[in-house]
Amino acid sequence: MEAIGMSTNDLSVYYAEKQAVKRVSLDFRAKQVTALIGPSGCGKSTFLRSLNRMNDLIPDCRITGEIWIRDRNINDKTTDVVSLRQRIGMVWQRPNPFHKSIYENIAFGPRYHGTKNKKKLDEIVEQSLRKAALWEETKDRLHNSALALSGGQQQRLCIARSIAVKPDIILMDEPASALDPVSTSKIEELIAELKQEFCIVIVTHNMHQAARVSDKTAFFLNGEVVEHDVTTNIFTNPQKQETSDYISGRFG
Amino acid sequence: MSAKTANKIATGVIVSVAGLIVLVLAGLLGFILVRGLGHISFDFLTSAPETIRRGGGIGPQLFNSVFLLVLTMIITIPLGLGAGIYMSEYAPANKVTNSIRLVVEVLSSVPSIIVGLFGLLVLVNLFGFGFSLFAGALALTVFNLPLMVRITEQGLRGVPREQKEASLALGLSKWKTITSVMLPIAMPVILTGTILAAGRVFGEAAALLFTAGMSSPRLDFTDWNPFSPFSPLNPFRPAETLAVHIWKINSEGLAPDAKEIAAGASAVLVIAVLLFNFGARWLGRYLHRKFTAIK
Amino acid sequence: MAQPLEKQQAKPHLAEEWVGRIYTLLCIAFLILTIVSIVYFVASKGLSTFFVNHVNVIDLLTGLKWAPDGEPAVFGALPFIFGSFSTSLLAAAIAAPLGFCASVFMVEIAPGFGRKYLQPVIELLAGIPSVVYGFVGLSVVVPFFRDVFPGQGVGIAAGAVVLSIMILPTITTIATDALAALPKGLKEGSFALGATRWQTIYRIVLPTTLPALMTGIVLGIARAFGEALAVQMVIGNAPHIPRSLFESASTLTSAITLSMGNTAMGSVANNALWSLALILMMMTFVFVFIVRWLERRSKL
Repeated sequence: MEAIGMSTNDLSVYYAEKQAVKRVSLDFRAKQVTALIGPSGCGKSTFLRSLNRMNDLIPDCRITGEIWIRDRNINDKTTDVVSLRQRIGMVWQRPNPFHKSIYENIAFGPRYHGTKNKKKLDEIVEQSLRKAALWEETKDRLHNSALALSGGQQQRLCIARSIAVKPDIILMDEPASALDPVSTSKIEELIAELKQEFCIVIVTHNMHQAARVSDKTAFFLNGEVVEHDVTTNIFTNPQKQETSDYISGRFG
Repeated sequence: MSAKTANKIATGVIVSVAGLIVLVLAGLLGFILVRGLGHISFDFLTSAPETIRRGGGIGPQLFNSVFLLVLTMIITIPLGLGAGIYMSEYAPANKVTNSIRLVVEVLSSVPSIIVGLFGLLVLVNLFGFGFSLFAGALALTVFNLPLMVRITEQGLRGVPREQKEASLALGLSKWKTITSVMLPIAMPVILTGTILAAGRVFGEAAALLFTAGMSSPRLDFTDWNPFSPFSPLNPFRPAETLAVHIWKINSEGLAPDAKEIAAGASAVLVIAVLLFNFGARWLGRYLHRKFTAIK
Repeated sequence: MAQPLEKQQAKPHLAEEWVGRIYTLLCIAFLILTIVSIVYFVASKGLSTFFVNHVNVIDLLTGLKWAPDGEPAVFGALPFIFGSFSTSLLAAAIAAPLGFCASVFMVEIAPGFGRKYLQPVIELLAGIPSVVYGFVGLSVVVPFFRDVFPGQGVGIAAGAVVLSIMILPTITTIATDALAALPKGLKEGSFALGATRWQTIYRIVLPTTLPALMTGIVLGIARAFGEALAVQMVIGNAPHIPRSLFESASTLTSAITLSMGNTAMGSVANNALWSLALILMMMTFVFVFIVRWLERRSKL
């Protein structure tokens, strides 16, 4: 099974006349975690959402440049966006499970994509919940409402939901910032596990989290990538002045 | 006069007005129920009206009102949902959409008598449906549609954006997202609004004078064949509804107990509307509690 | 395993998307078709009075006598136009202050109590069918006016009173929303300067919310203008301009309701009624545009 990565070339995002992301070229390797850091409003979330064409939902939003997945530029009119999104999972800052049961939340995607067999679905649900470290806590109440879970559990459920459709890449937009410290560390452990299987891109405003969790880090400022390097380099030996200022807390 | 005195007087006036309004409603309902409840009996609710003798009832009219409501809702709900989904999820943000909104606004302001006249011209005469339940249902659909569209839009707009995005991010199509994720969340709002709309439809008369007609043939309640002219289920027969009947009795009532019949019929109508109103309210509260209690 | 990006696995959801698009588009097209047809049919019937029967437009709009059975037939619609305007405007004049008081009560004076008790009352008033209003008007208001004032009790006053209760919910709801949407800082600033509640209301709240209140009033007038059955039951239906508020009169809607069933389709008399409907419809457009203009102004 070939491991997929993703890369962008000169990607720019415009909201009406305002340019939020300026000609970003980054690559994300398979089985690696890349963190996107930077002060608020620097364009990192906007960039992330472009990767699975989520910004298509925003009127007046224009995206130029290329996004490459396995020799195909997906920022293209002929791309089947719906299929694309099956290969890229997404987790949001605030957990957003469907107003359905825990089981349904996870089975929803695979069932839509063709898996109708109940046994297979049961397997997928169990597997996904195990990978998200949620199985033990939910195996006896799979048919209860997902909304009854705690915030941290709901977020792990959302992660389980996104991996149930077997994506290659998972995008996370500040997945732990709405959670308490205990849940946060559980999520971080989860990410360390998941990277053995997926390519993960995570936006975070918490630098320590980026340092703990990622292999590579990209520093965004005003819509541009100022520096992109192996995480330990960024944090111990940044090449650019702005990077070092941000890391040391001189602004942000 | 000092500012404080003026304030006291103003407050007094305002509170009195509020009390006056409550009194007006109480008086209104009280008048109808006191005058009318006494006249309601099983016989009244099931027997046919008498043109010149006393003792007539409102059976066929009541049935017509209910049947017409059901027919109208069967047509309006899919249409209203569809149009509302279009306006909320598919319509691009441009001048054409603004014009469409204007169209919906105009349609919602058109007096119901004009909708009835339109029905007369097009449904009764041009399409040849004649005075019928079907013509009445279509006229009421036109009357009800703008409200259904607004209700649907309101319901969909209340769905958090992240729910929609979560579904799309899993690779589900937009249509599936709307039907399986968004509509279920919007359902309490849409359902409550629909019940209130049903109440309005039940009490509507002006649109029906010239479409469903002002008469009802002798109905044979044992005949359930929709194609038979005396069957209550035949949608192509004239069907005077309860509201229209009240109007007719008040203008041309020849029976000696016309006033009592009108009062009784009004009481039935008002009770029905109250049921719709309270039902919608109660349902809204129940569903809201059910949804948020899970959190 | 996840599907390749462009293969035929795309088919199932593509078909679904098309179903969704086409279905919703058809529904909205039906809506548009409906209003266009209404305008077309009412206009063509209404205009045929002038083009086919050669009745003079000015004569219709300003003529004082409506005698379709006379020799010669005369079609002066001014009594109806006058009746419609006077009942609607008078109804609004009664309902506007009442509605304003109700909304002030609900938003400023007793919010909890008001929302819990007055709000449902307003909603119930809105839900009562118009024939019931007409019936109560006929049974209570008309006899009362007959006893207290000279005349038959029917007429513009009776119509206006009945209509005012009918449009009260419209005005109250819009006024309440407008008052509730006011930024709190506005009122607090006034109180901090030592103004009483009433002073704050009529010096600050009222002027600021005036465009929205006007919108509510215009919508109320429009509703009253288009009301048919309740008015027809209490107005008296005499086709001339009354000399007092308590003399029998007519409105556009009452004339249509009364006579549409008695005239033959295609006859002059019938076409003239359609012209009344056309006038009614055009006034609807005027009201919608006035409301839109007011809304645009309040956004500034």
